[in-house]
Amino acid sequence: MSQEAIPSLGGYSEAALDQAFAALAHEVEASAQSLTSAEAVEAFRLHWLGRKQGRLKSISDAWLKSAPVEAKKLIGQRFNQLKAQIESRLESATGASSQNALDAEAIDITLPGTHRALGAEHPLIKTMHEMVAVFQRMGYSVGVGPEVETDFYNFESLNFPPGHPARDTQDTLVVANQERKPLRDRLLMRTHTSPVQIRTMEQQPPPVRIVIPGKVHRNDAADATHSPIFHQIEGLCVDIDVTFSDLKGTLDHAMKEFFGSSVKTRFFPSFFPFTEPSADVQISCPFCGGKGCRKCKHSGWIELLGCGMVDPAVFGFVQQKQPAYDPKKISGFAFGMGVDRIAMMKYGISDISLLYSGDARFLEQFA
Amino acid sequence: MKILSKWLRSYLPQFNVTDRQLADDLTLRGIAVEGVFDLGADGSLFEMDITTNRVDAMNHYGIAREAATIYGLKLNPLHPTLPQATPALKPYPIKIEAPELCGRFTARVLRNVKITQSTGIVAERFHLLEQKLISNAVDATNFVTMAMGHPTHAFDLDKVEGGILLRRARKGEKLKTLDGIDRTLDPDDLVVADEKKALAIAGVMGGWDTMITPETTNILVEAAWFDPGTVRRSSKRHLLHTDASHRFERGADFNAPPVASALVSSIILEAGGEIGGDFVDIVIPEAERRTAKRPAIAFAVSEAQRILGATEDRKGITASAAKAILTGLGCEVSADATVVTSSVEKNLDPSRAVSSPIANVVEYPVKLPSWRLDLEREIDLIEEIARVYGYNRFQNTLPSFEGAVVELPWAEKESTIRTTLRGLGWTEAVSSTFCSAADAAAFAPQPNSAVPLGNPLSEEAGMLRPSLASGMLGMLALNLNRDMEDVMLFELGTVFHGSTDRVEEKPSLSIGATGKLPLEGPHQPSRELDFYDMKGSIEALLGKFSSKSIYFDRFPSDSGLMPAWLHPGRSARAVIDGATVGYFGQLHPAEAQRRKLKQLVFVGEIYVDRLYRQNLRQPVVRELSRFQAVRRDFSFILSETTPWARVAEALSALGIPELQNFEVGEILSDKDSKLVPAGHISLLLRTVFQATDRTLQEEELQNYAQRVVTAVEKLGGKLRG
Ligand SMILES: [Zn+2]
Repeated sequence: MSQEAIPSLGGYSEAALDQAFAALAHEVEASAQSLTSAEAVEAFRLHWLGRKQGRLKSISDAWLKSAPVEAKKLIGQRFNQLKAQIESRLESATGASSQNALDAEAIDITLPGTHRALGAEHPLIKTMHEMVAVFQRMGYSVGVGPEVETDFYNFESLNFPPGHPARDTQDTLVVANQERKPLRDRLLMRTHTSPVQIRTMEQQPPPVRIVIPGKVHRNDAADATHSPIFHQIEGLCVDIDVTFSDLKGTLDHAMKEFFGSSVKTRFFPSFFPFTEPSADVQISCPFCGGKGCRKCKHSGWIELLGCGMVDPAVFGFVQQKQPAYDPKKISGFAFGMGVDRIAMMKYGISDISLLYSGDARFLEQFA
Repeated sequence: MKILSKWLRSYLPQFNVTDRQLADDLTLRGIAVEGVFDLGADGSLFEMDITTNRVDAMNHYGIAREAATIYGLKLNPLHPTLPQATPALKPYPIKIEAPELCGRFTARVLRNVKITQSTGIVAERFHLLEQKLISNAVDATNFVTMAMGHPTHAFDLDKVEGGILLRRARKGEKLKTLDGIDRTLDPDDLVVADEKKALAIAGVMGGWDTMITPETTNILVEAAWFDPGTVRRSSKRHLLHTDASHRFERGADFNAPPVASALVSSIILEAGGEIGGDFVDIVIPEAERRTAKRPAIAFAVSEAQRILGATEDRKGITASAAKAILTGLGCEVSADATVVTSSVEKNLDPSRAVSSPIANVVEYPVKLPSWRLDLEREIDLIEEIARVYGYNRFQNTLPSFEGAVVELPWAEKESTIRTTLRGLGWTEAVSSTFCSAADAAAFAPQPNSAVPLGNPLSEEAGMLRPSLASGMLGMLALNLNRDMEDVMLFELGTVFHGSTDRVEEKPSLSIGATGKLPLEGPHQPSRELDFYDMKGSIEALLGKFSSKSIYFDRFPSDSGLMPAWLHPGRSARAVIDGATVGYFGQLHPAEAQRRKLKQLVFVGEIYVDRLYRQNLRQPVVRELSRFQAVRRDFSFILSETTPWARVAEALSALGIPELQNFEVGEILSDKDSKLVPAGHISLLLRTVFQATDRTLQEEELQNYAQRVVTAVEKLGGKLRG
């Protein structure tokens, strides 16, 4: 379209000018139809606005040259309008928000995003918090105690007889150089979180509702399911008229809260030195709904907790410091569970030592 | 232990429950049936796991008694019929010389017996149990153990020289036991002896010389009760764990010996022979008082109800249910109830005590069965009632509660540490509580304060960790060894200080990092982590706590005041309100080399017990100015030995309220730019001025800028042109 003829004017009346410029405007619109590439845009710009041979210049030169003075202003105004129209077409074809410009800025949105990685919650800590939260909602306060305990708190006050196998150094890690001390003062790594029951009761009269999360240790050789270090959650509820049926209801409710409302519990007689009656608690397998799977060893049930009514002898030990724990007037229940096992089951962890390895490949899966 | 359902049924005439059902019902009552094997017409074989406190249930009759109690059925008594004894001149001489070790000893002499193959019920049941048949005499004793749980022993009477003595073994005394091993006895062993020699280790194993042989014609049947502790020690001493010791050391039934003796004798006599003389039964009254004649204990149904609560029918345990269970288990519940009047307080707080009606507690004396030495207290009876009634037949109820939930004072702080660090990309880890002696010495904040274990799992775990830093380095090393090169970890845990007499525990926090910043993706260049990344996280963490001042400094490398495991030039102490809360930085190259770490590692320990003394920061909103903020940048040349902290102090000291913010824009060293003179840096200082009540005028800004320049010039700085 570079060398098109210059149209002739049909006169200098406004009507004639309007008609001539309308034709030009039409021509601009027509030639602006296909401005889809940078080349086409440049060609359009050169064609209309080129400094030497631009069509606008050629026409205005031709028309203004021969125009009478009084018409020049009218023609000039119309050329300005036309130029604005051309520039507007150019702008919408090449400006920052033009289709072309936006297309040129397109990126590959299928490339991965930039990760500012969040740190991961440790599965044990996470499980422990979730379980503790269940009991907090049921009115339990959190209790804690030392990891290095005396024989008194870890065993004696919990009604373990002097010759009990758990007291053997084959089962319990002990602090060095304890032999010359009286048995009850000897220091050891607590083998369970139960000493905190005694410590709490010694410090406050009933009623008591505490949940005790913590790290415990045993002299166990490490294998896929055993670790010398593991975690427990213990619970204790003491008040007047606390019953075995309350123990059942509390744990049934807590397990439903934690694993889902369809989970069922069942209780089996068991034995612990510090509770009587004692029970082991199984929950219906939350992973298969009780139909049987690998996690429940195809039985539909998973043993999860030990519990029982606080043995009167334990209250007897506490009464030395808090006379209000009269076993004839108050009663209570205690329960405990292994956090590691629950976490392993929940997340499908097959080797307990991963929990204590600091292996980032393992831990970062919990982010 | 293997149990035949057919054998159980022989004691239960009215029994009509399937074997499967029985197995389930027993298991739910703590008599665990681990497996049920179908024997067709012969019923089932139960594989059972009986807890050690229930030695009375480690036999068929004991389990039949459980079943009879569960279902409220009749249990046939054990009363074997024996022929009349052939009179003897005198009873067989028996003497208990060690009454503290032997509580009861019975002897029955069988003459002209025939040692042969077992037949009849014994052979049939042994076959089903896959138990090897030996001879009618030996099988009889084994059969009785399986039937009623009481071990007995048969001696070849013709090898016994004179009367039987129950005495302590003599020091160094020898005995060849049935397993053919010559053993040296100890005075703590109780032996069954004749006038010349030891015949058996009582309750553990018989002797070789008096064992039953095909030639045996006269037998002495022993059925006795031995002290559990003595049997346990002998069994342990001689590494001889037998069926007999297993039962005696857990406390056998004091009243069982006459029945067991009769049962054994009746089986042996089936093949011929007669009873020679009167049955001898010597009872030590002291032992009987501790076992079969223990005093009755007072039991109140109301106490069972108080402890056990609501049953499925909402009634709680009834008196009739309690009595039926206790009676079924062999207790004698006396009809002579005692009424004990007690006022039951219905509230623990005396000021709120409700005056409740006087409750009458009806107590029954309960005589305890001789085979249940595990029953000693009222609560033991309550447990038995709950167990036999069925744990799962109690309702699920929730206790009422008036107390309040109290949070640990540091719970929210601990949670803030975790969420802050995780948000900054640090992953929580848990490491061992123990460390090696070398690590304890290298990382303990105070020398000689680490506590050793007496029986450590390994040398590497011989000490209670005095610091979390060594465990953190171990975890970083593990990751590097597994080609995880970019790691940021933290651990919140306990550290231990003191001595083996007194151990102090404190919470601590370690952080450790190596490799690149966790900015993943192809869109920007990754960058190695450095000191300032760790410092930034610690600043953010400390900033969560309220404080008047937080600063970081370090002691000179020759002062010995910085942890030796940190690079002296690239580590810092963190101080909050004047208290040291931790140290962190690049690991000392020597320590890195010792641990064979192949890349730079940053590690730190924060003493969170000190951090917990600060409250969490409560945000307080500052009024936002509506007036324009003006930015001014300054470029200074400063000596490279002038720390930024001094510049910052000088600017703060200007006290210009309109100086809203200042920060380091960029630092160039003499290596970065030719325009920076040697030994100097170029520091781009970015400032923001803003007033809350007016638009700042140019003259004011000029004045402030001049004061900033002067302050930096006082530190030897020069404004760049
Ligand atoms: Zn399952």
